Amino acid sequence: MLFSNVGHYSLIFGLIISVILILHSIKRLNDNNIILGKKIFYLLFSQFFTVVLSLIFLIYSFVISDFSNQTVYNNSHSTKPLFYKISGTWGNHEGSLLLWMFVLTLFIFIFFIKSKNQPKNYRLLTITFQQIIIIGFFLFLLLTSNPFNYLYPVPKEGLGLNPILQDPALAIHPPFLYLGYVGSSIIFSSSLAALIQNNVNKEWAVHIKKWILSTWIFLTLGIMLGSIWAYYELGWGGFWFWDPVENVSLMPWICLTALLHTIVVLEKKSILKTWILILSISTFTLSMSGTFLVRSGILNSVHTFANDPGRGVFILVFLLALVLLAIVIFFLYQDKNIKVEKKIFWMSKETVILINNWFMMYFLSVILVGTLYPLFLEVLTNNKISVGPPFYHKLILPFLVPFMFLMAIGPNLKWTKHNFNKINYQQILLLIVALIISFLIANLNGVNLLFVTVVIAFGFYLFFVTLKDFFEKKYNISQKLAHFAFSFFILSVLFNGIFSTEFSANMKIGDKIHFDEGIIKFKKIETYNNKNYKSLVGSFEIQDKKNNLINLNPEIRIYNQPSILTSEADIKTSFFYDKFLVFNILKDDNFFNVRYQIKPFMLWIWISILLLATSGLVSFIKKIK
Amino acid sequence: MVRKVKLRILFLSFIFATVVLTIFLILKTFEENVVYFISPTEIKSLTELDNKKLRVGGMVKKGSILTTQNKIDFIITDFKNEIKVTYSGSVPNLFSEGKGVVAEGYLKDLNSFKASKILAKHDENYMPPEVLRALEDK
Repeated sequence: MLFSNVGHYSLIFGLIISVILILHSIKRLNDNNIILGKKIFYLLFSQFFTVVLSLIFLIYSFVISDFSNQTVYNNSHSTKPLFYKISGTWGNHEGSLLLWMFVLTLFIFIFFIKSKNQPKNYRLLTITFQQIIIIGFFLFLLLTSNPFNYLYPVPKEGLGLNPILQDPALAIHPPFLYLGYVGSSIIFSSSLAALIQNNVNKEWAVHIKKWILSTWIFLTLGIMLGSIWAYYELGWGGFWFWDPVENVSLMPWICLTALLHTIVVLEKKSILKTWILILSISTFTLSMSGTFLVRSGILNSVHTFANDPGRGVFILVFLLALVLLAIVIFFLYQDKNIKVEKKIFWMSKETVILINNWFMMYFLSVILVGTLYPLFLEVLTNNKISVGPPFYHKLILPFLVPFMFLMAIGPNLKWTKHNFNKINYQQILLLIVALIISFLIANLNGVNLLFVTVVIAFGFYLFFVTLKDFFEKKYNISQKLAHFAFSFFILSVLFNGIFSTEFSANMKIGDKIHFDEGIIKFKKIETYNNKNYKSLVGSFEIQDKKNNLINLNPEIRIYNQPSILTSEADIKTSFFYDKFLVFNILKDDNFFNVRYQIKPFMLWIWISILLLATSGLVSFIKKIK
Repeated sequence: MVRKVKLRILFLSFIFATVVLTIFLILKTFEENVVYFISPTEIKSLTELDNKKLRVGGMVKKGSILTTQNKIDFIITDFKNEIKVTYSGSVPNLFSEGKGVVAEGYLKDLNSFKASKILAKHDENYMPPEVLRALEDK
């Protein structure tokens, strides 16, 4: 009770500080004193402190199961393990917004400390824009989603957390994703400030690149964690379903990746300024509209904690206001920024980057249309449609061919103008080798999809070229690692998609079934009672064609609060493939629905994404040195 | 200066061409890959069967699941009309009698549906909107 009050007032205090900060920043814009003193530092720090205080009190309320707090009551239960009581703090709408506030205030505080070498007015304007965003979220939190609502009479027990959210990967998935989303707000504010100050130049590019990189790393890891969770917890054995909730996290990622590449062009060549501004604004808009779609209840998923239309409307109005502000500023100041038109030659590193930016925008629009079109259609015509994976695969896969080709040759081109004096036989040789390998693989395994084979060929080509580059030139290791990881990723995903096999049946205890890949035997079921769930552990024996025996023990959990069934797949991971077994209760007729899958290269998919994130980290470390 | 204008026109027409191409591609692929969502009542009102992939949504009728080793039969109802579904494959863990379900597949005739995929939302309180409306009408 007391804690809830302190937490609540602390947030109001934080909101007041925001207003003071904006007024102070605007006042300081016109004075001649170029040093920003301790005042802003203390204000930013106390704002961060108020949010930390609220967050700690909310976590504490969850830990002690204080059910007088409505958020705790709705999302926790006294028998829940301590780890999930803590992670449950952001496993719900209100708490996750508080976490969002935490990241927002932390980032602007770090920005202030780390931007001492930047022009005074640029820093002040960034703080102002960032505080406008912060005010919006404070109001959103306090008016529509207060995490400290008081309940009386105090309930004896809470409603519990959705068991499929009680998972280690999901405990850290939201914080990572938020670090990514919120990082894009700093990029947004900073690019607007730089635009107004006519500051979009090489120095700014060097400075903002660190923010773009760290945002990109967090977003990459955040998406990966969500994907890993979907793989083992949802029990379907897939890692990406082109579900709208997944798409909305991929869209800002693509935009950010494009930005990451163009900012290098700005750093080296001082061109593409307008395009960079558009990308900065779009990344943030996509992050925000993702939040809007996910939180508003328009998309039905685990992320939709509560279907409150008021919340959706608030975010939508706020988002529109911010975008409008950005557009107005963009058109008011944009002309002043373009002064020099430098010559651009067709064959140069920057043109290749620009063309690949173009492809990324194409991928982005495919995903955007696939995600939004069904929503619009439903509103307009009341027809419900869904757009499945084939739509995305057909539209994206063919374009990966030129995309990966350019990824392979681009980094080895020169800036400004590249002369092809001699034909590079090595490259042609690698391409031929890649083509032969992929056609061999396709032929031996009876894959008769020509264009998939071509995509694989170019995947191999990129793979070989980046591998060769590792040995040839030592500089820019992060770029090489990133492109290498991408080819690795595409190849793993394609092989996974082509060579996955599955078998499913309804089995009773004692059943033995022959299938294409061997024999499956359902030996027994054991029952255990745990603190907040009862578990049924199945014991299966699978004999493959080479007579190797493996035992897999998937589990069905029956949670008591809320009463829900979840299936925990048993996955045997090895270097080349995962063996994935999951089973389910159908009804009380002794039959269990069993699904066995062999998924090749699963581990490689995760490794390649980790490599991708590592490449970002390497570049980041080089930058701060 | 002339060169610059030429370049700009070339660039703009290039942008325009790719945008048109993108829209064309997306719409074309849409036509082939969109799956319509339909309720048992809407199926009953169909005049002719087309062989397009559909999603049928509703509740699994109580007592209707019939399991054998390689298939599951059940009935999807929206409390006004119902349709028989045959399916072989795996089901999500929220698939059970009296709960919401979405089946993807093809219509065999106006009374039976051959499903190739079963989807259930990962929330115990989820109900397909049609069912919700049907329940409210009662």
